[in-house]
Amino acid sequence: MKCRKCGGKASINMRQHRLALCKEHYIEWVPEQTERFIKKYGMFTQSEKILVAVSGGKDSLALWDILNRLGYHADGLYLGLGIDGGINYSHESQRLTEKFANKNNLILHVVDIEKEYGQPIPVLSEISHRGHGKPCAVCGLTKRHEMNRIARDLGYAVLATGHNLDDEAAVLFGNTLNWASEYLLRQGPVLPESEGLARKVKPLCRFYEREMTAYCLSRGIEYIYEECPFAEGSQSIYYKELLNQLETTRPGAKLTFYLRFLEARKSGNLFIEHEVGRAHLHPCPKCGQPTSTSDLCSFCRMIEKANVPV
Amino acid sequence: MVKLVLRDKEYEVNAGTNLISALKKCSIVPESVIATRDGEMIVEDEVLNEGEVIKLIAVISGGS
Repeated sequence: MKCRKCGGKASINMRQHRLALCKEHYIEWVPEQTERFIKKYGMFTQSEKILVAVSGGKDSLALWDILNRLGYHADGLYLGLGIDGGINYSHESQRLTEKFANKNNLILHVVDIEKEYGQPIPVLSEISHRGHGKPCAVCGLTKRHEMNRIARDLGYAVLATGHNLDDEAAVLFGNTLNWASEYLLRQGPVLPESEGLARKVKPLCRFYEREMTAYCLSRGIEYIYEECPFAEGSQSIYYKELLNQLETTRPGAKLTFYLRFLEARKSGNLFIEHEVGRAHLHPCPKCGQPTSTSDLCSFCRMIEKANVPV
Repeated sequence: MVKLVLRDKEYEVNAGTNLISALKKCSIVPESVIATRDGEMIVEDEVLNEGEVIKLIAVISGGS
């Protein structure tokens, strides 16, 4: 198979685009496409300061690399979750993130959850009894809360995450199976800024997960290959596997699933929005971030519960 | 024979087969991996040679 641009030996074949490229042309093509998506969805401009949530994994490091190559002012945020799992998971992911930042002379903010809130994620999860024995719910809640807090505290215009198309398609698949209309109406490449909430964007939302792996390999980006110890058997991975089986027999199925959803949502034909009703948000009396609950937000309740001596 | 290595698992296929056939024979979903030969990525029509080791990089990550 040959590269469509130069006729050299292809390193990657993207069947959904009927496009095969060599390594050199592939690492040119990815930022070009990213720039196209940033503009298409109105994510941010060259004059805005971007905070990239970096985990040490392939997607977030690829995103940081791409934004940097495109000349955006993109700083990193690493959240130390305190997950060990017998493989030093958090320690290793922090090391790789710092290594990438140092190598590329990039600014990285590091926030350690245990130092901020007294306990690492697995312990917070255990004490707060959230998430049916797995810390993923507490981890997600904490990351969303902290990313928003830090983006706003440090004056960033926008928070960028490395969600790829497989992440988005898996979420969409799960929400569709459950007809979770409220979640479906919120899903998209951009979550606009609102009272107390920073703008959130997903510049990689149209790249397959496989393409981000290929990008890191092609660019020599060292990322944490080991999976989070708590991710094994997770629902999102199961959905991704199912979608990949579909993709194998029907190239482009994942992309079409996601893009047609975005089109339907934009056209207003997906659901009748006014019937869904927006949750009434007010500031949490403790941290000030928006919440729909009547008192403390879910995060502050979890922290308060976790800090009660047992 | 050709060896395919994916994390801690090893598979063997006959030399002369191409990558896509080899993956299917091992029941590996092609979309879920990137194949590399000596650190360089290879695509599905690449013919595998006797005695070589093809490293497969798993691409799926996620949680919750």
